[in-house]
Amino acid sequence: MAQLSVEHLSKTYPNGVTALHPCDFAIERGEFVVLVGPSGCGKSTLLRMIAGLEDISSGQMRIEDRVVNHVEPAERDIAMVFQNYALYPHMTVYRNMAYGIRNRRVPAAEIDRKVRDAAQMLNLTEYLDRRPAQLSGGQRQRVAMGRAIVRDPALFLFDEPLSNLDAKLRNQMRIEIRALQQRLGVTSVYVTHDQIEAMTMADRIFVMNAGRIEQIGTPAEIYHRPASTFVASFMGAPPMNLLRGHGTGTGAVMLSGGLQLDLPMPTDAGRDLVLGLRPEDMRLSPDGPIRFDIQIVEELGATRLLHGQLSEQPFTVAVSKETQAGPGIARLAFAPDTASLFCGQKGHRL
Amino acid sequence: MKRARFHHRLLPVLLLVPQLTIIVIFFYWPAWNAVQSSFFLQDPFGFGSQFVGLDNYSRLFRSAEYMKVARFTLIFTLLVTGFSLGLALLLAVKADKVIRGARTYRTLLMWVYAVAPPVAGLIGVALFDQNIGAMTRLFSGLGHDFRLGVNYLDTAAAMVIVSVWIQTPVNFIFFLSGLQSIPQGVKEAALIDNPSGLRRFWEVTFPLLAPTAFFLLIINITYALFDTFGIIDTLVKNNPASNPMTLVYKVFIDGFRGNDIGGSSAQSVVLMVLVLILTVVQFRLLERRIHYT
Ligand SMILES: Nc1ncnc2c1ncn2[C@@H]1O[C@H](COP(=O)(O)OP(=O)(O)OP(=O)(O)O)[C@@H](O)[C@H]1O
Ligand SMILES: [Mg+2]
Repeated sequence: MAQLSVEHLSKTYPNGVTALHPCDFAIERGEFVVLVGPSGCGKSTLLRMIAGLEDISSGQMRIEDRVVNHVEPAERDIAMVFQNYALYPHMTVYRNMAYGIRNRRVPAAEIDRKVRDAAQMLNLTEYLDRRPAQLSGGQRQRVAMGRAIVRDPALFLFDEPLSNLDAKLRNQMRIEIRALQQRLGVTSVYVTHDQIEAMTMADRIFVMNAGRIEQIGTPAEIYHRPASTFVASFMGAPPMNLLRGHGTGTGAVMLSGGLQLDLPMPTDAGRDLVLGLRPEDMRLSPDGPIRFDIQIVEELGATRLLHGQLSEQPFTVAVSKETQAGPGIARLAFAPDTASLFCGQKGHRL
Repeated sequence: MKRARFHHRLLPVLLLVPQLTIIVIFFYWPAWNAVQSSFFLQDPFGFGSQFVGLDNYSRLFRSAEYMKVARFTLIFTLLVTGFSLGLALLLAVKADKVIRGARTYRTLLMWVYAVAPPVAGLIGVALFDQNIGAMTRLFSGLGHDFRLGVNYLDTAAAMVIVSVWIQTPVNFIFFLSGLQSIPQGVKEAALIDNPSGLRRFWEVTFPLLAPTAFFLLIINITYALFDTFGIIDTLVKNNPASNPMTLVYKVFIDGFRGNDIGGSSAQSVVLMVLVLILTVVQFRLLERRIHYT
C-alpha cells in the first residue's frame, strides 16, 4: 500500500500563479523521494501541500488510506524539517524536541525516553538545556531533525534542510540524514535544488520544471534515460551535451553542422531532433568517426573536461586524469546505446 | 551597535547640551523643588513658609481621602491596562490572521495611529455627553440613567472606557507588528506540532510576543497613572470634589485648587518613588525572563 498518493493534484495561488499543474504519483512505504528542480518550479509548494500548510486547489491526496485534503497539518501524521530550522526560540533543545509529542497524550516517561534516544542518535545530549540561539547552524539543523524523529510520523518532509550549511557540513549531514532514514524506515519527501543531493540520497527522484513533474525515476534512470532535454540538461555535472540536427530516415542524425551520426534507432526523415550525449560516455580514439575541436581544458583533479566544438556546436567531453589531451583537433567515439534522442520541438525523449 | 567617533572633545558635549537642558529645566529642577517644598508648610496666601519636617507625609498617609484615591488609582490602572492590552491583543490576533502579509491592510490599520490622542479623547468624551452622547443613549436604552460627573461609578466607568478607547489602537499597532515579526516557519512548525489553536497561541505565539507585551505593560501602566490626567480633567472639570480621581489628578487639585503646596509636593514625591520602584522591579524581575537571544 502506498504511503502517499495523489490524483490530479494541482495548486493555483490566489494571485493566479499556477505553481503546480495536475499530477499523479504514489510514494511507497519507506521510500526516500527527492523533489528536485530549479528555483520557483513548485517544489516547496508541493511539499507544503503534503504538509497541509497550503490548500489543495484541485485533486485528491491520501496518506495511507485516508484522504487528507481537508485535514489539519497536526492531524496528518507528518513531521517537517524547515530550511531555516524554525525552532521555537523560547524553548530549550529538550522542549523543542518534546513539544510535538507533548501535545499528543504520550506518557511523560515515554516522551523523556524518546527525546533522549533521539538526542543520543544526533549527538545532542550535552545541548539539551540550551536555547536554539546558543547553538551553531549544524546543531540547530540536528535539533530540527530530532524534533521530527521524536514524532515518529508516517512521513518526513524536508524543505532544503541543508542549504544554510557550509559545503563540508552539508556533505556530512547528507550522509547522516540518509543513514537515519534507512535505519528508521520512515517514508521521506526531500526538496532540494542541488542535483548532487538528489542523486546521492534518493530512492526515486521527481524532477520538476515550471510547475510540472517532468520525470519520476531512480537516480540511474534519470541519469541515463532522461525523459526530456530539460532533465538531461538539469541533472549531471557537467550536463549532457545536446546537439541539434534532423532525421535522415535511415537511422542516422544529420547534425546542423553537417556531421552525420549513425544510431541504433529509426529517425523520421526531416524531423527536428536533439541528440544527447553524456560527456563521460565519449572517448578519445584516434580513428573515431567524430571530429572534435578542443579549445579549453579544465582540470578537475580526478577528471579533466575538454570543452570545444563538435560539428559547429559547443560540446564537452570528460576524460580520466590519465588521458592526455590538449587544445587542437581530436577524434571521438561513443557506444550508440548511450545516446539519447529527443524531439527537436517539444523536447521529450523519443 | 555602531560607535560614532568625534575628533573634537567639545562636540559631543555640545550636542548633548540641548537635551540635558530640557531634562534639567523640566524634570530635575521641578523634582528637586517638589522634594524641597514637601518639607514646608506654605502659607495659603503665599506669604512665606515654615519648615515642618515629615509632617506633610504623615498627614498624607493618615488621610482617609488620600487612601481612597490611592485605591481608586490602583483599580483604575489595573482596569485600563488590562482592558487596553487585552482588547488590543485580541484585535491584533484577528487582524494578523486576515492580513497575512498583505501590505495594503497593514497601511490602512496604521492610520489609526495617526489620530492624535487629544482628538480621540474629545471624541471619547463626546460619547458620554449628557444630551447627545452615544454611550449615554446606549445606557439609557439598557435602562440605566447614566450621570457623568454626578454618579461616582458612572464617572469612574466613563474614565476607564475613554482611557481604554484612546490607548487600545496604540497597543494594537505594537501587538500587530510583534505578531507579524514572528517567523512564518515557527508558526508553521507549531501548526504541525500542536493541533490546538488556543494552546499554540499560549505556548508559542504569546511567549514570542512577550518582549512586546512587556514593553507595552510598562507604557500602559505609565499611561494609566499619568497620561490619563487630561481625560479625567475633561470628564470631571465642573465638579472634582465628589468624583473619582487618580493620584496625579489629586496632586493638581490639592496644589492648585486647594493651594496646599506642601501636601501636593509630598504627593508628587510619593509618586516619583512609586515610579522608581515600579521600573526597577519590572526590569529586574520580568525582563530577564523574556529575552531569547
Ligand atoms: N504564497 C504564494 N502566493 C503566490 N504565489 C506563490 C506563493 N508561494 C509561491 N508562489 C509562486 O509559486 C511558484 C512556485 O514556488 P515554490 O516556492 O514552490 O518554488 P520552489 O521550487 O520551492 O523554489 P525555490 O527553490 O526557490 O525554493 C513560484 O512562481 C512562486 O512565485
Ligand atoms: Mg522552496
